[in-house]
Amino acid sequence: MKREITFKLNNEERKVEVDPGWTLLYVLREVLELTGTKEGCGYGECGACTVIIDGRSVNSCLYPILEAEGRAVTTIEGLRAASGELHPLQRAFVNEGAVQCGFCTAGMIMSAKALIDENEKPTEDDIKDNIAGNLCRCTGYVQIIDAIKTAAGGGRT
Amino acid sequence: MTRFEYHKPHTIKEAIGLMESLENAKFIAGGTDVMVLIKRKKIAPAHLISLRNINDFSSIDIGDGLQIGGGVTHSDIVANEFIQKRYSALTDAAGKVGSRQIRNVATVSGNICNAAPSADTACPLLVLDADVKIAGPKGERQIPLDDFFLGAGRVDLGPGEVVTGFHLPPFGLNTGSAYIKHTRRQAMDLPMVGIAVRVTIRIGGSEIGCKDAFCTIDSISNILRRLEDEELRCEDVRIAMGVVAPRPVRTRKAEAALRGKVISEALFEEIAEIAAAEAQPRDSIRGEAWYRREMVKVLTKRAILISVDRVLRPDDMI
Repeated sequence: MKREITFKLNNEERKVEVDPGWTLLYVLREVLELTGTKEGCGYGECGACTVIIDGRSVNSCLYPILEAEGRAVTTIEGLRAASGELHPLQRAFVNEGAVQCGFCTAGMIMSAKALIDENEKPTEDDIKDNIAGNLCRCTGYVQIIDAIKTAAGGGRT
Repeated sequence: MTRFEYHKPHTIKEAIGLMESLENAKFIAGGTDVMVLIKRKKIAPAHLISLRNINDFSSIDIGDGLQIGGGVTHSDIVANEFIQKRYSALTDAAGKVGSRQIRNVATVSGNICNAAPSADTACPLLVLDADVKIAGPKGERQIPLDDFFLGAGRVDLGPGEVVTGFHLPPFGLNTGSAYIKHTRRQAMDLPMVGIAVRVTIRIGGSEIGCKDAFCTIDSISNILRRLEDEELRCEDVRIAMGVVAPRPVRTRKAEAALRGKVISEALFEEIAEIAAAEAQPRDSIRGEAWYRREMVKVLTKRAILISVDRVLRPDDMI
């Protein structure tokens, strides 16, 4: 039986009709057509589906949609400024060459954003710990870690 | 996705009532195990009863020891400085479970209720003498965690019962604890062996520990040697092992051999041998039995040393 729920998505109140068996990831991609968030493994292992819910990074593939009710969800689409300007993390990923195939990128950036929001000057270990649940199979992480350092103001510019 | 109805009760009473009235229902907390089981078609519940919206379920309260609510996540534990200082083994374990995304939603109760032999928070809670708080159709009860585990994946929960949290007794400044998770890779892995230790050291009239500059840089082994004349005695000890039996287990022979003795690194080595002899590991994809037993020996000694270190040099923990 479908139900109507309301939640804040990228700073905008959204009303959606959902099936209780759907995950947040399914609703984001298939109902709201926000395909920036990717489905990798679907079992909470790879982090490609990472979004931020009430300030914390979460695997949206394991998140029952009805739990999103009344909460604030941020996806990669919510990072760009209204002017169209990229978020400092997105800019840093481009500049540092931290994107190759791009499949992990949205999840990486959302994990990094959750980290930087709670800790402005993360150490390299903080960064590694926070992206441990985000698998990248092409670049090998060095550029990704550099990009996060740069965006956090702690690394090369 | 499989179809199920989703219920969001606001009180434990309501949750238990739903569980009693609904057919084929399952409780769900963080969902990092339940959702995976559903997706893999291992289970097909018709109803999920969420524990995420229960009022006052995610609180950590200090006073008469420590009260951990049923909805407390691994990240909540990691962020709590009091737990880090006084119940360090639990922080060690909670910070090593899954990824940040998993720790942000996965609850300690869920980790315990799954009763995997490898459950990371189980060994620390065992050595910290945790009681499990349970609510059900017949009322509330509280039992030692050691009695809660019945076997691999099996716990002492009756129909309609749910874990509402944990109670841990208070420990003084002369108690230190540690958990070591031995894995093949640093992140996103289950332990091959997990060892938790809690040591309480009997402190005489004068303050023990070292105050000179060497202390901050010296190894705990050297410090123990220097403190030999003080005859520091082990007042009480708990040692628990994960993945060496169908359920997380305490090694009572090793504990008994250490209790009341004057501590020294040589003694810790003997204790570690006893623990290894008590372990009953199996061969599996994560490691062979002989290797696991060997690592029980290495890690038991190491975990005791870290626990003692945390008593003698408490500042290093912060």
